[in-house]
Amino acid sequence: MESPLHHFELHRLVDLHLFGLDLSINQGVVTMWLAVAAVFTLFAVAAAKRETVPGMVQNVAEIGVEFIRDMAEDNIGPNGHRYVPFLIALFLFVLFLNMWGLLPGQFTVTSQLIVTATLALAVYAISLGVGFFKHGIGFLRILVPGGTPGWLIPLMIPVEILSQLARPLSLSVRLFANMTAGHTILAVLFGMALSLPLWAGWLPFGLTVLINALELFIAFIQAYIFVMLSCVYFGDAENLAH
Amino acid sequence: MGTDAAALIGMGMAAAGFAGSGVGIGYVFGKMIEAVARQPGAEARVGKYLWIGFALTEAIALYALVVAFIIMGRA
Repeated sequence: MESPLHHFELHRLVDLHLFGLDLSINQGVVTMWLAVAAVFTLFAVAAAKRETVPGMVQNVAEIGVEFIRDMAEDNIGPNGHRYVPFLIALFLFVLFLNMWGLLPGQFTVTSQLIVTATLALAVYAISLGVGFFKHGIGFLRILVPGGTPGWLIPLMIPVEILSQLARPLSLSVRLFANMTAGHTILAVLFGMALSLPLWAGWLPFGLTVLINALELFIAFIQAYIFVMLSCVYFGDAENLAH
Repeated sequence: MGTDAAALIGMGMAAAGFAGSGVGIGYVFGKMIEAVARQPGAEARVGKYLWIGFALTEAIALYALVVAFIIMGRA
C-alpha cells in the first residue's frame, strides 16, 4: 500500500531555470492556472450580459461579491470597500483551490505550506503597510491594548509582539493543515477499503463519502476563515481602536 | 531505542493534542445550543460566530498534526 502522503508530492512537468531561480512548472502551478482560469471564466460569463434581473451565473457571482463586501464592511469599517477587490480575489482563489483538490485525481495546491504562507505573508504585509501608512510610527500602539495599567506595559509588549508574529504563522498553517489532514484521512480510508476483504472494506469506503461531504464544507469554511481573519487584521490596522 | 522508534512514539504522542480540540469543539457547539435555546431569534447571528469558532478550534488540533509531520521529517 502506498503512503497516504504520496499524493502531496510535487512532480516537475517542465524544468525551467531563469536567473538562478528554480521556476519549474509542476502540477501545483498548473492547478493554480486552471483555478484562476475557472474564476476568470465565471466572472467573464457573469459580466457578459449585465441584467437587472440576474441570470443563474450572474446571480452566483453577485452572491459571492456581496458576501465578501458585507464581511469587509462589517469587520473593517467605513474604509472596508477599498479592500473588497483584494478580498474577493483572495477568497475565490483559496476557495477554488480547496474545491479543486476534491476532484478525483486532482492536486490540492493549498496543501502546500509555501502557497498558504505566501498568501498569509501578503495579507500580513498589507496590514502592516496600511497601519504604518495611516498612523505613522503611532501604529506601534497596537502593541499596547487600550486600558492596560502602566506597570503591565513592559510585560504586554513582548506578549503582543509574539501574538503579532503568530498571525501570519497561524493563518498559513491553519489552511495548510486542514487541507493536508482532510486529504490524508481520505487517502487512509481509501487504502483501508482497498486492502481489506470485501465484507469489511465497504465500511471505510462508505466513510469516505461522508468525509468528502465534510471536506467540501471545510473547503468553504477555511476559505471563509482565511478572508475573515484577513478582514480582522486589516480592521486592526485601519482603526487602531484600542 | 532507535531514533525510528522514538520518532514513532513522538508522532503518536503528538496525536494526543487532538483531545483538547475535541473538548473545544464540544464546548463551542454546546454553548451554541444553549444560546439558541435561550434566544431562538439570534440563531443566524450566533451561527456565524459558531462556524468561525469551530474552524479555529479544529485548526488547533491540526497544529498537532503538523508537529507529527515535523517529527516524521526529522526521523
